[in-house]
Amino acid sequence: MMLTWVILVPVIGGGVAVLAERSGTDAPRWIALAAVAIDLALIIAITVTGPAALTAASAHGPWLAETYWRWIPQLGISFRLDLDGLSLVLILLALSLTALSVMTSWKEIAERVGMFHANLLWTLAGIVGVFLALDLFLFFFFWELMLVPMYFIIALWGHERRVYAAIKFFLFTQGSGLVMLVAILALVFIHRRATGVLTFDYFALRGTPLSPRLAFWMMLGFFFAFAVKLPTVPVHSWLPDAHTEAPTAGSVLLAGVLLKTGAYGLLRFVVPLFPQAAHAFAPVAMLLGAISVLYGAALSFAQDDMKRLVAYSSVSHMGFVLLAVFAWTSLSLHGAMVEIVAHGISTGALFIVVGMLQERLHTRDLTRIGGLAAALPRLSALMTVFAIASLGLPGLGNFIGEFLILLGSFSVNRSLTIVASLGLVAAVIYALALIARALHGPERIPPQAHMPLTDVGARETTVLAVLSAAILWLGVYPRPLLDAVATGLGALQSAAGVTMTSASGSGAQRTPGSAPGGDYSGVPVRYSPHSAGPAP
Amino acid sequence: MSGADLPVLLPYLVLAAAAVVLLLVIAAHRSHTASAGICILGLALAFAALFVAARLAPRSVTPLLRIDGYALFYTGLVLLAALAVALLSYGYLRARDTQPREEYYVLLLLATLGATVIVASQHFAAFFLGLETLSISLFGLIGYPRLQRPPAEAGIKYLILSSMSSALLLFGIALLYNDFGTLSFAALTRPGALGTATLRDLSALTGIALVLVGIGFKLSVVPFHLWAPDIYQGAPAPVTGFVAVVSKCAVLALLLRYFLATRAFDAGTLTLLITLIAVLSILTGNLLALLQDNVKRLLAYSSIAHMGYVLVAFLAGGTLAVEAVSAYLVAYAVSTLGAFAIVGLLSRPDEPHDAESLSAYRGLFWRRPALALVFTAMLLSLAGIPLTLGFIAKFYAVVAGVGAHLTAAVTALIVGSIIGLFYYLRVIVALIQTPTVAVERTAGATERVGSAVVAALLVVLVVFGVYPAPLVSLIQSTAGRLSALPATAALTPYDHH
Repeated sequence: MMLTWVILVPVIGGGVAVLAERSGTDAPRWIALAAVAIDLALIIAITVTGPAALTAASAHGPWLAETYWRWIPQLGISFRLDLDGLSLVLILLALSLTALSVMTSWKEIAERVGMFHANLLWTLAGIVGVFLALDLFLFFFFWELMLVPMYFIIALWGHERRVYAAIKFFLFTQGSGLVMLVAILALVFIHRRATGVLTFDYFALRGTPLSPRLAFWMMLGFFFAFAVKLPTVPVHSWLPDAHTEAPTAGSVLLAGVLLKTGAYGLLRFVVPLFPQAAHAFAPVAMLLGAISVLYGAALSFAQDDMKRLVAYSSVSHMGFVLLAVFAWTSLSLHGAMVEIVAHGISTGALFIVVGMLQERLHTRDLTRIGGLAAALPRLSALMTVFAIASLGLPGLGNFIGEFLILLGSFSVNRSLTIVASLGLVAAVIYALALIARALHGPERIPPQAHMPLTDVGARETTVLAVLSAAILWLGVYPRPLLDAVATGLGALQSAAGVTMTSASGSGAQRTPGSAPGGDYSGVPVRYSPHSAGPAP
Repeated sequence: MSGADLPVLLPYLVLAAAAVVLLLVIAAHRSHTASAGICILGLALAFAALFVAARLAPRSVTPLLRIDGYALFYTGLVLLAALAVALLSYGYLRARDTQPREEYYVLLLLATLGATVIVASQHFAAFFLGLETLSISLFGLIGYPRLQRPPAEAGIKYLILSSMSSALLLFGIALLYNDFGTLSFAALTRPGALGTATLRDLSALTGIALVLVGIGFKLSVVPFHLWAPDIYQGAPAPVTGFVAVVSKCAVLALLLRYFLATRAFDAGTLTLLITLIAVLSILTGNLLALLQDNVKRLLAYSSIAHMGYVLVAFLAGGTLAVEAVSAYLVAYAVSTLGAFAIVGLLSRPDEPHDAESLSAYRGLFWRRPALALVFTAMLLSLAGIPLTLGFIAKFYAVVAGVGAHLTAAVTALIVGSIIGLFYYLRVIVALIQTPTVAVERTAGATERVGSAVVAALLVVLVVFGVYPAPLVSLIQSTAGRLSALPATAALTPYDHH
């Protein structure tokens, strides 16, 4: 029941925000913040009071809380929500970024404030639903649902080509979702033929015996939907448009959380439901990941529009995640989770910074600005922090993620990992180019700028300070995060892991912390980064 | 037929009686409000009579009609849709100086009676009778504002094309009779062997093909769809809703009964033909809808595509098909009626055309947010987005299609849905853009009745979209009982823990 409230609070908050617009434009903002705060309190309460599965394996497995209701019993559909460490981390990320999005759009959004915050909160509700739903129909329901408010955010409050970008975003994600629906239904019917029961329950479907050929096609159906959302080359082309045209809050939510639903889907569904097929497909997926890393970085470097530049860097970072998921080693999966959180923070922050620059300069065009460090010293310093985090400097979050990913993937596919690691070099180039072009050199301020330029105020400083503290904390002491996701990842690996690891050669050496032979044998083993040992 | 059959026929008798009473009342005293009231009361009483009939169902009344759960479910759907149309028409006609207005409701009652007879037919004679009652009343309804050009033109077009298709249908029926010596569906089972047709079967084969042409015309599926955009555009908005919902739902319900009764699903040729029609309808409807700037024409093409989607569910055969088709038709009826209700409410009485050009919808969100919100919900439902009934329906259709391994049809459905999104979103985008033309509000009772209907449709759309279990069990306990074929076993829900 508590988990249902985690979804309902933003839904209700959105409704209240619409109504509250009558009593002033600031009312919806405070209501949005309050809704997110209540949600945070709820999820923390659930975590604290739940069975203590976060830190130790318990009889409950990795699950902290669950909700189960019959929904459409005639079709075997239930309203089933389950929370584990994985979902918890992603939900916390979503909530924090939503709160920061509200704060950062305090000045940017002046029209139809109530509706804007309602859409923001409804997107959040859909995203939280995706992270919690473990009935495949319910998952698909939320998966499609979260697109609608995001579509309105882009189409209504976006920049110049907002309608084009919004429709493109909707078509790509909805279309790929329908392909996933067919895959879901195929799985459900095969399960029904094997067992006689019609069900969309994740746990029931997980053990469905499948012929390799069918499993491969169904896996591909799921993979397609998640690859579009992630996004990975060659189905990434919606992303630069959507991110660029969305208002700052929309870009932050898109990059920070919406993309992560793709990664989450790969982790939660693709590999555990179809372990053999995923293993067979792993080289291709890892190749796509490596290509995304380099291609995203190269395109990022070529952009003049700052938002587009940051958007393409997302493609590059998400390539690492794809590589890690399909390497499917304990190290790489932990790395993927760190990368997901770190990318959410650093890229979200970069979008916020670019939004602040645009508010002041009324342009995002790098060819028309330069040398801002003198006029905006504090903003420039903060921007530098996030750009450097994005390029993977040790001590900041992204480094931990990318390092663990490369370490974990190396033994699975040496050549592709080496290729992907070049992405770290490429990241240095685009991130430093952004800094150099925007902040250094001779000062160039476009004529339409809002003069005199004011440096960041208290509200903006708070937002960015929180984000810098988070990225630094993640870089220096990622252990709480790793601990939080360890049980969940362990359970996923043991559900699928036997096949994935044993089939990928001598598994023992690349799953440190696991039982010999790479088999978790049902008991999630806690992974500690300190016992990771040297690279194989 | 015996006296015991009368209670089962009560819904149909009430409808017929209402039409007669209305005619007599008009003869004595002309009053728009009274006529509309009698019509609405008649429809409501007929709906109430369904519960009387339900206690005695299933029962065959003469060899012509079979009143079973299936017939009652679709009769209920038709009656509720007609009720919505009657309420919308009241506001629509009141705002216009079309004189006289009273006979409109007689035609509406008769058309509804025709549709209800169709869904209960188990014999070609009853089908043809119902179809002609429906079609002839529709000519009148479509061209009712006879002094204006677009409706008059649409009425004539429908008259000619519909008569043509009826003639083909009748010839097909004659050929079937020639071959089988009977017109009862249950006795026409031999077409099950049509896959291996010999020369002697040729007349039966031709007969079935001609029957399918006639039915295809009523459903406006490709390649019999050419009339739809023109008639949709020309007819008054409430009538367009009636044509799109009532006549199509009734004919599709009949087609499903016919196919199940004659085991036509076993005939490879027929299923191949329907697959072809479904795929073509989905692709043609959606692609042509992309080109439209006229909302009524856009909805016409989208309804062609929707008939294609229903046929995908239809093709699955068996119990699941009956359930999926029924769920889909309910969703289609609610969303389509809602959309045309909005078109009607936005139309200005002093203009010959309804509010049909896309520019009339620009910025509606900022002028009339409630209407725009409902219209958005209806369009999202047609597009199959969650929280709406359309999502559940499309899901059901895909379930049926995937369950029956209809690869081509399901692929077409997916592709069609993606294309469909594009034009639905285009309209939604227009709704939220800054307005270009100023359209002032029309106020008064028109809006109150119409708004109430629209609000009710929205509630149904969202409530069943979020919690469809009651609707599904209603369908399973009524329409779903139709098929006794062992092909698809009843669904067993998964028991948790």
